[in-house]
Amino acid sequence: MSLAIRLARNGAAGWLLPAAIIAGWEAAARAGLIPANVLPAPSAVAEAFWRLTLSGELIRNIGVSTLRALSGFAIGGSIGFVLGLANGLSTLSRGLTDTTLQMIRNIPHLALIPLVILWFGIDEEAKLFLVALGVFFPIYVNTLLGIQSVDPQLVEMGRVYGLDRRALFFRVILPGALPSIFVGLRYALGIMWLTLIVAETISASSGLGYMAMQAREFLLIDVVVLSILIYALLGKLADSLARLLERLSLGWHPAFQKG
Amino acid sequence: MPAAALTAARSLVATPAQARTIGSVEGRRAFAFKEVGKRFGDKIVLDGISLDVRAGQFLAVIGKSGCGKSTLLRLLAGLDRPTSGSLTFGAAEEGHSRTRFMFQEPRLLPWASVVKNVEIGLTGIAGGTDARQRALAMLDEVGLADRADEWPSVLSGGQKQRVALARALVGQPQILALDEPLGALDALTRIEMQQLLERIWLDQKFTAVLVTHDVGEAVALADRVVVIGAGRIALDLDVPVARPRRHGSAELAHIEGTILDHLFSRV
Ligand SMILES: Nc1ncnc2c1ncn2[C@@H]1O[C@H](COP(=O)(O)OP(=O)(O)OP(=O)(O)O)[C@@H](O)[C@H]1O
Ligand SMILES: [Mg+2]
Repeated sequence: MSLAIRLARNGAAGWLLPAAIIAGWEAAARAGLIPANVLPAPSAVAEAFWRLTLSGELIRNIGVSTLRALSGFAIGGSIGFVLGLANGLSTLSRGLTDTTLQMIRNIPHLALIPLVILWFGIDEEAKLFLVALGVFFPIYVNTLLGIQSVDPQLVEMGRVYGLDRRALFFRVILPGALPSIFVGLRYALGIMWLTLIVAETISASSGLGYMAMQAREFLLIDVVVLSILIYALLGKLADSLARLLERLSLGWHPAFQKG
Repeated sequence: MPAAALTAARSLVATPAQARTIGSVEGRRAFAFKEVGKRFGDKIVLDGISLDVRAGQFLAVIGKSGCGKSTLLRLLAGLDRPTSGSLTFGAAEEGHSRTRFMFQEPRLLPWASVVKNVEIGLTGIAGGTDARQRALAMLDEVGLADRADEWPSVLSGGQKQRVALARALVGQPQILALDEPLGALDALTRIEMQQLLERIWLDQKFTAVLVTHDVGEAVALADRVVVIGAGRIALDLDVPVARPRRHGSAELAHIEGTILDHLFSRV
């Protein structure tokens, strides 16, 4: 009982269920309940993991995918952030661009894949473009929303106390928008992996998605499952990092204060 | 109303000329409104306000909801411009820059510690460790020195308002404009805050302009009470009661009665 509470506090409890599922899965596979050509046993996946690690293939593909994800995120995220700030702070900028952006937003970015392949072939640009586009909107929308929802009374207070525009931005507006920006960040990270998986599965010559597709052709189901698991882990890792960053910078927020 | 008591308190429906002469006979002027009018679109909110306020005076402004009290304060603090008339300041007041504003809500930055919030009041006046020292000293004055490094969200309503008061006063303003700063507090905390405000005012001798709904609060704190009605000054009354004043004393109750009578016999 107290152990469970302690584990829950440490966040370790979240790992109990996956561990139990893996144990059950292994047992079922060994007992022959799950045919190996449908789902390989975790031990077989671990073996594939070891094999691909030794050959260096796994690390290389993870590296390629991560680089794509991060570059796409950096491009789309920074454009979204800057436009969100600009449109939140200036009615002129908002008037000029917001309608257009809202229109583009209604197109699912994955629907552009055929067009993107025509434009870029299966080069890096195609993946970067799709990830950047997918990441752009959650960051843009939430940055804009965050700035628009900053308490105008606080802004007025800042003016009365003589804060100049720079101080007003860094001490009042940006901190006020930060909770919303973090919502956008975490959402964008999810979109980032999703887009990359789809893009790499359809058109790539390296990366995790490509590795999974190759494995499918050679009926290496253990490698396919391994790729999926690694995606899950990378996604979780990115989310945890974002959460950590959030906790560090939103320490003032009642939601992050320990009772 | 007994006429004898009324002679103690100057009661008049101020014409601009009268208001000017009365204000200027005693000491240096802090600021003066001259025939100030303020319109929002077609709506006339202030319609020729003339008010001369001596430096160091504690002025209370009362009036019914929507009569333009906040508008008056916003003009004083430079948050808005008058549509007509003019506003002049005494030499030491240096225009709006030495006017501080205390809002009905504390308006603390939730992401800045208590002491950092107070340091906002020193923007353009002091920085770095000097600002921190002065902010801490001011927090001590309002009895919150031990909470300096906490987040505002953990403070009670009254404590937040005390931090806001510290922030308003740390820059040693010449004029402090207070827009119903105690309106949201419970009765006990309110009296405590009134006493704190009076103590600091006696100590620092700034000019205070307090907007309040509470006539009792106005007469307990102010040297002079102004009632606004129909966009003009409907009543301008001195409160010549020695300090420290005792809440609910007969003298204060009498002046309060005069004001209430006035508020409800007109309009
Ligand atoms: N920015 C504005 N635009 C249009 N009308 C305004 C504006 N500010 C105030 N008013 C109007 O001016 C009138 C006076 O407002 P003000 O806030 O000064 O009243 P008040 O005396 O402070 O009332 P309360 O006691 O309820 O705070 C109101 O009718 C209000 O609707
Ligand atoms: Mg008001």
